[in-house]
Amino acid sequence: MTEMIRLTAAQMAEGMRAGEFTSTELVQAHLDRIAAVDGGDRGINAFLHVSGEEALATAAEVDKIRAAGGGGTEALHPLAGVPIAVKDLIVTVGQPTTAGSKMLEGWMSPYDATVIEKVRAAKLPILGKTNLDEFAMGSSTEHSAYGATRNPWDLDRIPGGSGGGSAAAVAAFEAPLALGTDTGGSIRQPGAVTGTVGTKPTYGSVSRYGAIAMASSLDQIGPVARTTEDAALLHELIAGHDPKDSTSLVDEVPAFAQAARRQDVTGLKIGVIRQLQGEGYQEGVLARFQESLDTLRAAGAEIVEVDCPSFEYALGAYYLIMPSEASSNLARYDGVRYGRRVLPTDAPLTIERVMGATRAAGFGEEVKRRIVLGTYALSAGYYDAYYGSAQKVRTLIQQDFDAAFEKADVLISPTSPTVAFPLGEKLDDPLAMYLNDVATIPANLAGIPGISVPGGLADDGAGGQLPVGIQFLAPAREDARVYHAGAALERLLAADAEPLWARAPELQTPAAQTAGE
Amino acid sequence: MTETLAEASPLSYEEAMARFDPVLGFEVHVELNTKTKMFSSAPNAFGDEPNTNVNPVCLGLPGTLPVVNGQAVEDAIKLGLALNCRIAETCRFARKQYFYPDTPKNWQTSQYDEPIAFDGHLDVELDDGEIFRVEIERAHMEEDAGKLTHAGASGRIQGADYSLVDYNRSGVPLIEIVTKPIVGAGERAPEIARAYVSAVRDIVRALDISDARMERGNVRCDANVSLMPKGTTEFGTRSETKNVNSLRAVEHAVIYEIRRHAGVLSAGGSIVQETRHWQEGTRTTTSGRPKSDADDYRYFPEPDLLPIVTTQEWIEKLRAELPEPPAERRRRLREAWGYSEAEFRDVVAAGLMDQVEETVASGASPAVARKWWMGEISRLANARDVDPGALGVEPATIIELAGLIEEGRINDKIARQVLEHHIDGEGTPQEIVKARGLEVVSDDGALTAAVEKAMAENPDVVEKIQGGKLKAIGALIGPVMKETRGQADAGKVREIVLSRLGIEG
Repeated sequence: MTEMIRLTAAQMAEGMRAGEFTSTELVQAHLDRIAAVDGGDRGINAFLHVSGEEALATAAEVDKIRAAGGGGTEALHPLAGVPIAVKDLIVTVGQPTTAGSKMLEGWMSPYDATVIEKVRAAKLPILGKTNLDEFAMGSSTEHSAYGATRNPWDLDRIPGGSGGGSAAAVAAFEAPLALGTDTGGSIRQPGAVTGTVGTKPTYGSVSRYGAIAMASSLDQIGPVARTTEDAALLHELIAGHDPKDSTSLVDEVPAFAQAARRQDVTGLKIGVIRQLQGEGYQEGVLARFQESLDTLRAAGAEIVEVDCPSFEYALGAYYLIMPSEASSNLARYDGVRYGRRVLPTDAPLTIERVMGATRAAGFGEEVKRRIVLGTYALSAGYYDAYYGSAQKVRTLIQQDFDAAFEKADVLISPTSPTVAFPLGEKLDDPLAMYLNDVATIPANLAGIPGISVPGGLADDGAGGQLPVGIQFLAPAREDARVYHAGAALERLLAADAEPLWARAPELQTPAAQTAGE
Repeated sequence: MTETLAEASPLSYEEAMARFDPVLGFEVHVELNTKTKMFSSAPNAFGDEPNTNVNPVCLGLPGTLPVVNGQAVEDAIKLGLALNCRIAETCRFARKQYFYPDTPKNWQTSQYDEPIAFDGHLDVELDDGEIFRVEIERAHMEEDAGKLTHAGASGRIQGADYSLVDYNRSGVPLIEIVTKPIVGAGERAPEIARAYVSAVRDIVRALDISDARMERGNVRCDANVSLMPKGTTEFGTRSETKNVNSLRAVEHAVIYEIRRHAGVLSAGGSIVQETRHWQEGTRTTTSGRPKSDADDYRYFPEPDLLPIVTTQEWIEKLRAELPEPPAERRRRLREAWGYSEAEFRDVVAAGLMDQVEETVASGASPAVARKWWMGEISRLANARDVDPGALGVEPATIIELAGLIEEGRINDKIARQVLEHHIDGEGTPQEIVKARGLEVVSDDGALTAAVEKAMAENPDVVEKIQGGKLKAIGALIGPVMKETRGQADAGKVREIVLSRLGIEG
């Protein structure tokens, strides 16, 4: 029975349709798993809030409809009854939304994000809200005000960030599906280091309405899953035009899941980005990357090399644009209307001093760092030198991609230059932390889709083996291509071994630990 | 030193004008009367319970995104066209960032370097008919802030016990019209200020894009004033008097600021660049916050909104929908109606141009239309504390009343009563006259009896008339009217008196 949590989302949906188990049983099994592995000193800490009652109520609804229809499924979405976890940056009615910050501790949104409306309409039980770096600022989930999340592959390592909670929840079998947000790699990089699949959709493919903004021109909600097919199914569910988001695409939602089921890669032109495989990349990561290329070539794909010379400025441009927009987006957290309010202990209580005290206590170090950076970059006299120049670099990167996609259908690179690093290792070195996003950032600057799929295991330098992610990128609106390429690699690698997600080590549950003592 | 001199006594206006030339500048904010707000679907309505016309977007809640109100964009284009501006092919919103509790996102979504309309002008007609051209720098779209109420002794934020915020106004669409510096106004500066704001208000009303009620803040004016010593051309330091909310106040704020600047400058002081608050009671301004050109709003393009692209086709469609410019319309009507300057100005000032025009168009003479609208209808409206237009008087009614008088069936006084009965819903004038028996009494028998009674009761008057003072007949008309309930034909009364006394008319 507990094995039902070790299926893919598609398999879970099929199992329910076949009457092998109910949604209620499935949700309960996940709630049990969360209770077993998420809490305690050595717990995963993927969840900031678990909404068991609500999830079970949704599951019961699905079971009732299914029972009434005598197994008929016409009225139900294909993923109905499959539970899902939601990054706590996405607002939900009836469940707290904290953005991983003390600033929003206890805040309940009075409205649902558009993606949540869609998830609710399709009747996916929402298990709860997952941990993240405060306001999505970080690459390790260590900047959460509610404690770091642990990587299920090695509890002393980071699960990636900022969506470490969502990735760890999927990797630890606490949820088969999760929603994340990706501003500079926050879905793909956690996917890479936890052996899961994460997609950053084309900018505008999924409505941002209700995703607490970090950097509006870069943020994108996307799926976290065990397989490309699962990710594609969830992407199809949450995509589509939203009149509440002016930047959302008006296109029809393409058949992503169908693309993820395509078998053939013969003739698919895959471009290797010269700039994303050298300095700073771990040997094991490069070795797995090389194997992926060989595997794809052997299956009939054409591997070409492409040049993206402006990528060397991508990280710099990103770390000007992102904090500039973030400094603006975070201005609303002032203790006046909602969330935390801190009153200075000494008189006078002026509005400026209340705002100051609230922000001093409510925001963490990394958030303050980026607000200061962004405020500086937008200041009169520096705007042209910093924000203006960064926008020009952004245009150059888009041009690099345009040129690269003339030569290749999709581009490929390692998702992250390293496997998961130990907790605490880069906490005091912001620049080292920022370097983790070097391969994922260009896609956000250009607004194009990207996926990270597991590419095998590499030495962690301490005798262990940890997941490596392989990233595919495609032109804007061609998300189907990343699903096609990602699924191809996934299938080819699984031909020799069990899928990586299924090989995650057994966790010592608190219960098991107690029993062992 | 500057601080004390910044408070030197104002000069008299004449003295100020003798020494300095004023430079003016205006920022007029027009609140649009769209159904919903600038960036959200919350209702745009005035006067409701605080914080009822709000939704997550205009409250700036985490995760919310703006969506541009298409009607507001069309309104802005129309206003731009009416101000003879060029309309941008693409324009964009930016974030203007500052921290204030009535601004829920702590930035205002506005237009900065890419406004929707720019480079226009407005020809302003002064009292003597002279035309003064005001150059328009730009007209841009933005959102209004919420409203703060400070509870405490002064009603100001300083020293308040607490402050209440009403976000009903937060996100209401605004168009801000910014003039280029207005030089050469000379001593007519206050008049030009008033005429300019008035002209903008007329245009906004004609376009029907705003309720344009200054007392409600639908149209708000920030007035910039600086002085140059006579014979120089370099602009002085300016002050900005915020939110002046009546035409009279605009005029007086400009007068006061010219006098104040002149006082400070003449005493050797210098003007502090700052915002000022208009004080209606004393007709003065008081110091607000210092404002430097270096105020750093850290503008950057609003990433949540795409640029707005205007096509030539769209602009031309909107241009075709523009009403006749108010100034042109006034010139046309004044000529057509043949009113004197004063008569016409009174009609305009009373806001009755539309009604008079409609009444004339329905067949009344301009004189009759003016007489009724400016006279009895306005008086009744005033007594009932409503707008004249709200009384429901149709042109046909006025034409009917005028016809009854012309035919001699009722007199003026009775006509006024008939109008009031009509407004009270008693039917058409004809019906009222008939039902109430109000027709002029011209029956000789009844009139003669009344005249004889009056003459008998006023022998002194009769004596005067017999002595040759024919004007004294007037003293008999009153009692006769009383006797006949006001329905006597005054001409006939005179005839009867003369004939009874055997005097040749």
